Amino acid sequence: MNLETDFCGVKFSNPLVVASGVIGVTGASMKYAVEKGAGGVTTKSIWMKEHKGHPCPIIVANEHYMVNAVGLPHGGIESGKHEIEEYQKNQPAPLIANIVATTGEEFALTAEAVSEMNPDIIEVNISCPNVEDEFGRPFACSKDDAADVTAKVRAKTKLPLVVKLSPNVSNIVEIAKACVDAGADGLTLINSLGPGMVIDIDMREPVLANKVGGMCGPAIKPIAIKIVYEVHKALPNVPIIGTGGVTNGEDAIEMTMAGATLVGIGAGVFYRDIDIYGLVRDEMIKWGQDKGVNSLNKLRGTAVK
Amino acid sequence: MTNFRRENLGKGYGMHKSAKIKEIVQETENVKTFILDFESDSKPGQFVELWIPRVDEKPMSIAYSDGKELWVTVFKKGPFSSALHEKKVGDLLGVRGPFGTHYTWEPGQRLVMMAGGYGAAPLYFLTQMALNDGCKVDFVLGARDKENLLYVERLKALDGVELNIATDDGSEGHKGYNTEVLEKLIGEAREGKGFKVICEGNTCRREEVTVDPIDKVYSCGPEMMMKKVSDMCFEAGITAEVSVERYMKCGHGVCGQCSVDESGHRMCVEGPVVDNETARKIKEFGSYHRDSMGKIHNF
Repeated sequence: MNLETDFCGVKFSNPLVVASGVIGVTGASMKYAVEKGAGGVTTKSIWMKEHKGHPCPIIVANEHYMVNAVGLPHGGIESGKHEIEEYQKNQPAPLIANIVATTGEEFALTAEAVSEMNPDIIEVNISCPNVEDEFGRPFACSKDDAADVTAKVRAKTKLPLVVKLSPNVSNIVEIAKACVDAGADGLTLINSLGPGMVIDIDMREPVLANKVGGMCGPAIKPIAIKIVYEVHKALPNVPIIGTGGVTNGEDAIEMTMAGATLVGIGAGVFYRDIDIYGLVRDEMIKWGQDKGVNSLNKLRGTAVK
Repeated sequence: MTNFRRENLGKGYGMHKSAKIKEIVQETENVKTFILDFESDSKPGQFVELWIPRVDEKPMSIAYSDGKELWVTVFKKGPFSSALHEKKVGDLLGVRGPFGTHYTWEPGQRLVMMAGGYGAAPLYFLTQMALNDGCKVDFVLGARDKENLLYVERLKALDGVELNIATDDGSEGHKGYNTEVLEKLIGEAREGKGFKVICEGNTCRREEVTVDPIDKVYSCGPEMMMKKVSDMCFEAGITAEVSVERYMKCGHGVCGQCSVDESGHRMCVEGPVVDNETARKIKEFGSYHRDSMGKIHNF
């Protein structure tokens, strides 16, 4: 099965991209993910100024889910630039630069600065659930706020623009439409769920230092599938990066049938280590062979009725 | 690690296990060893994540494990280690792991341990395991001064270990760096002979002895020391393994914080123990590292 995928005019050798927040701290680590089979990479969220992130523990996981509160640590724009430049020396696959900020204006400034670094795509993170305490409700929880940030970023970049949305809303389709109307070329669905909490019953304490964290991993896949399905149904021409709970080839096929063009893998690295990108790619190819499907493009959105 | 992970998913992998502190040993004024009730299949060079609720979670080298108990040796310097030093026998700690790669050896080899400061702890564990396999060990222990030497009595108690001590100020053993002792050992191994000081009562004499070739050198301690060991072993054509410590958060290779240039390898999964060939390909080894935000700092 041919896995070549076009997303907003950018060519990917396969649809599996490293989701923002895992691996992507350094240029070298993103290259390593491509060596291991990723079709593209997303940086960790880039801030204008350095950002400390949460104390440890930042992660707790089991066979069903991962709950994380890393808190978007980042060295700031110069650090982001250095790592992107390192990646771009013989760039092995498309790069999605993920940006984050606390105000619409700062989003615009960050988008402008990051656009100068020539990533292939800009992804706007308006939906991280575990920095809520610091910054109030994420922009992605309001149609107007989401559209406002999108418009401000749109004004500062000519690059393909993707907005990453939160599943923690009751009107995801409305918010998705508002972002597209404000100039988004695509959508990333979904950011992590919740936040959730895990208590260690021996220690009688929440495990995460931040107490709560974004939920990801296999348990959230049905929610990710449902949201990708709904949004694709409402906006069939808007390309989607479907992310949430994908750990094997069948999951990625399912995500594609729900309407995703690219498929993000993040927490999957916990379940199958960094080899997951190549493993899922090969499982997709095998599935295509077994079912007689020769191109992934023929599967996209086929389950959406 | 991948197999370990797959086998243990569903058996608590990824979650903390609580471990009771069984015994606390005061090593020096600021260093304590905590002996935990913690069942694991830990190997020398691996680490665990220790969690004290509402304080922090930190990676700690495993100083010893017999499968049922696990030792960590901790210097009191920051908020976490200070909080740990306040703990009493019977208190609980959260533990995840073991994580990472481990040192490797073959039965019957002649091994040299290059320990700087707290590096003594994991190399003590390695020494014990290697002795069980009939290895002979030269343990070169370095520290600032006599007061900061760790594990001296434990090492002296082991049969089959030649202990060499180096202190910066000469308050014990060789005055200078432990790498100067390594230089001597490499030289003697090359010549096939060396001198041993034998004392009877108050009279000591130097006696020529035959010296076996060194099969492998292991290093754990300050990075600049390990870099020197790496260079010396490379030049002498001796196999070596070093422990490359980076800012580790998740322990699963997920967060990417401990990735090194230019391989992108995550030191919590593909490290911390790497062979010298790999270490020499790590551009930042002995040169720079990244902090908890991913910013670069030179050593």
